[in-house]
Amino acid sequence: MKEPLQTRMMDQLWDLQLSNGYITDEDVIRLSHQFNLSEIEVEGVVSFYHFFHRKPTGKYTIYLNNSIVADIKGFSRIKETLERETGATFGSVDRTGTFGLFLTPCIGLSDQEPSALINFYPFTNLNAIKIKDIVSSLKRGVDPETICDLPADNIRYTPPGNKTVFFKEFVNGSALARAATLGPDGVLEDLKKAELAGRGGAYYPTWKKWNAAQLQSSATKYVICNADEGEPGTFKDRVLINTQASTLIEGMIICGYTIGAENGIIYLRGEYRWLRNKLETAIEEYRKAGLLGTDCGNIKGFNFDIRVQMGAGSYVCGEETALLESLEGKRGEPRTKWYFPVEKGYLQQPTVINNVETFCAATRIIEIGADTYMSQGIPGSPGVKLLSVSGDCKLPGLYEIEWGMTVAELLELCEAEDPYYIQVSGPSGECISIKEKYRRISMLDLLARKDIRCGGSFMIFSKQRDLVKVLLNFSEFFMSESCGICTPCRAGNFIIQRKLERLQNGLANEADLKELKSWGTIMKNTSRCGLGKTATNSLIYAMDKFHDYFMLRLDKEYNGLNLKFDIEAATEEYEKYKI
Amino acid sequence: MSNLVNITIDGKAIQAEEGKNLMLVARENGIFIPSLCFYEHIEPPLGTCRVCTCKINGKYSPACTEKITEGLTVEVNTEELVDSRKALVEMMFAEGNHICPACEKSGHCDLQHMGYELGISSTRFQHLFKDRAIDYKPSRMVMEHNRCIKCLRCVVDVKTEDGKKVFNYQDRGNETYVGIDYEQEEKLSEEQVMNAMRICPTGAIIVRGVSLAKPFGDRKYDMDSVQKDYSKRKQGHRSRPTMMEKKIVATVSLAGCFGCHMSLLDIDTDLLDVVELISFDKSPLTDFKNFTSRCHIGIIEGGVCNSENIETLRKFREHCDILVSLGECSIWGGLPTMRNSIPLSECLEEAYLNSPTSEPGANIVPYHEDLPKILDRVYACSEIVRIDYFIPGCPPDANHIWKAVKNILWGEEYSILYSEFKYD
Repeated sequence: MKEPLQTRMMDQLWDLQLSNGYITDEDVIRLSHQFNLSEIEVEGVVSFYHFFHRKPTGKYTIYLNNSIVADIKGFSRIKETLERETGATFGSVDRTGTFGLFLTPCIGLSDQEPSALINFYPFTNLNAIKIKDIVSSLKRGVDPETICDLPADNIRYTPPGNKTVFFKEFVNGSALARAATLGPDGVLEDLKKAELAGRGGAYYPTWKKWNAAQLQSSATKYVICNADEGEPGTFKDRVLINTQASTLIEGMIICGYTIGAENGIIYLRGEYRWLRNKLETAIEEYRKAGLLGTDCGNIKGFNFDIRVQMGAGSYVCGEETALLESLEGKRGEPRTKWYFPVEKGYLQQPTVINNVETFCAATRIIEIGADTYMSQGIPGSPGVKLLSVSGDCKLPGLYEIEWGMTVAELLELCEAEDPYYIQVSGPSGECISIKEKYRRISMLDLLARKDIRCGGSFMIFSKQRDLVKVLLNFSEFFMSESCGICTPCRAGNFIIQRKLERLQNGLANEADLKELKSWGTIMKNTSRCGLGKTATNSLIYAMDKFHDYFMLRLDKEYNGLNLKFDIEAATEEYEKYKI
Repeated sequence: MSNLVNITIDGKAIQAEEGKNLMLVARENGIFIPSLCFYEHIEPPLGTCRVCTCKINGKYSPACTEKITEGLTVEVNTEELVDSRKALVEMMFAEGNHICPACEKSGHCDLQHMGYELGISSTRFQHLFKDRAIDYKPSRMVMEHNRCIKCLRCVVDVKTEDGKKVFNYQDRGNETYVGIDYEQEEKLSEEQVMNAMRICPTGAIIVRGVSLAKPFGDRKYDMDSVQKDYSKRKQGHRSRPTMMEKKIVATVSLAGCFGCHMSLLDIDTDLLDVVELISFDKSPLTDFKNFTSRCHIGIIEGGVCNSENIETLRKFREHCDILVSLGECSIWGGLPTMRNSIPLSECLEEAYLNSPTSEPGANIVPYHEDLPKILDRVYACSEIVRIDYFIPGCPPDANHIWKAVKNILWGEEYSILYSEFKYD
């Protein structure tokens, strides 16, 4: 099946954005003719994505990360320095049109913050002196590509005794060869035995998903890799793509072989544009080796190829159905649950979507066999898991842990500094207090709350950190990343953010806390996709787990009279008419 | 004929066609599931407003995106679900800038209607007063972005003959709005233009030159609730012990129009009861300027727009056991909040310096130490002091006020008729 033209609109938008620094009115008109859309529809797509602009963004477009980890690593200092050195203010371009400064949520470099993207090339471990050097080089006309940093992989830990699963040598084609001898059903059997489950955080059994797609009778099926890890604090997929692109590609090929698909697409987040070459090179190697193309890996009649599609700055596109919409060249709005992607996914065809880690893990399981894989981990949660550790610790980076490791052990490994509050699985996940450090990290017991599941992000905050500020940062993140399609997420996050500001300003009382909890629960129950359903998770947990802390932040004099109401601020504007 | 299967809705056994939309099945069986985006001609369903959220087979899920399957168990009217639904509609009111008295669609508006059906008397959320534009550019329509609830109906349903979209979402997050394509709008037929206004559940899409004004009683939503058991629904407050001592009441009108006070007097012969049962302290009715005693109840009309309002309101809180916000302006700011999304200086300069009626050469915005200071925006009373009860309306119906006040003072059970709760 030929993909419709609109599926490539994002590529064109990217080209225009990169070559001109913005998308002009003429571009919009031209694109609307080319794709036979109304202009407002093209505008809708452009305005949805953070990295597409309708106004000039300067010769050098700088995106500074404003995630909470960046914040504790000196974000505000960097922000000031950038404004001073470039002469631009954030959200705009300087008068000469040279520098455009913009804020952006987590760019997947939490282990080397503060960090920024300049013309989409990464610059890490920033400090005031480094900023001065960079800006003066740019002013001299140096190409940012030549002075950017190659982010370190920071693989800090793998299971001792050379038992790493993900980071061993890999011979291209070896897993596919074994898959061919197992046959599609054998592959499913192995994945089932190894209890591989979706590593994006939802933990849906991979074999079930693949099996459901395999059973679909459609002639056209798709395998899609979700490389849009946007959860603040996570960067494991960045390291995997940088070091293990071939196991990712091979995982997709094995999936295609299993379900009977011919097309694979990797949806790479816009923030990782600098990693695109790595993927393209690996794909090319696979094609040359006959592992992609016709009769892949000498399997008669099995044709499969992969292309890379760039995202353009939208957290919600990590939600699988929003990702599908984005792939189709539309606004990344999550679909309703009327159909599942394995029934009607990309272009309404059966589609398997897994994330980078899941495909890499599938390759390794098929390569070494389920039995070997299962020698690690704990019963019910076998194998290993990659965690992105960041925040207040001496050794931020990637940790490949055996399932079943406790939070305490991990904190020791990364040399956490006075840990107090830990955000597991990112803002949409769960926060835990240091009192819970003996909880194991596993796939088990989600409901009993004994173990803790981790999607990948593990952010550590010390006692000195302002908990309300952390939660406010999360809330602002969700408010701007909501796609806007459903009421509870669009309006709810906005409302919660305003309420948290009250709390931050010391105006809240106990009734406000109760309301926050109740409103958070309503958003959880009624939102359309995972974003709205999980946006208030941390807040709700935090109010229980850090009850005393919250009590200290309340307005203690509240007696029905809101005496802290700032009349001076409210009449300030009127005062200028004083004669 | 498709397969009939058995399902249960709120304990009621129902046979329904397999694969059919749950909303339609509920409707056919006389079960009211509130919704604002659902439009039966659109498939797949929109699922944007989330008001129809039910508990389906134990999981929270909107009814409009659910297909009938054998054994489906649906809970519609649990206390929690009813409250969530109310909250969602309240969110829409808090998020948009909905000023019903100034809206063409009042009486024909699905959102307003849903507010009544769900018995919303005040929004639990502080209104956000986001500055939004009104788009007058389309040749036949006006897009009133203040009123849009982003239901997606127009985006999906209104298309030109060659299949192009006329409306589409723009931006994202709390900035999301529905944009209109001027070029494509030109291509729509008269009928399509009218259809766009009709399917819009609020007054966001208005067709130029078309009046929706109809006498009360002839409008789409008037005297009757769509719920047969509306009067049986729980209303009002919990009972308090009965004490027939004379109660002391204070009233005030802050940033309001005195319309609520007028309405108060509309209780006709019940006024005789009022005199028997209560006495007034500080109030425009007595013209007492200061409190002379502690009051059982303080009734506040109007929102807070200047420094004097704040002082007065605080005095009321200090002198009254119970404070009641009477009417929309008091509850969330109401009509005066039309200035909230515009900078104060712009308002004042327009009014005193630049308007066609200002004296030639006028260069003064009134400011004197004896004049109250105007606040940056109009605040709800509950933002300044704790308010105990809210009586909605613009103005509230006289019987509604009297019943609610009696209930608060003496704990008398009461129920409000649908017509008493309607006030637009």
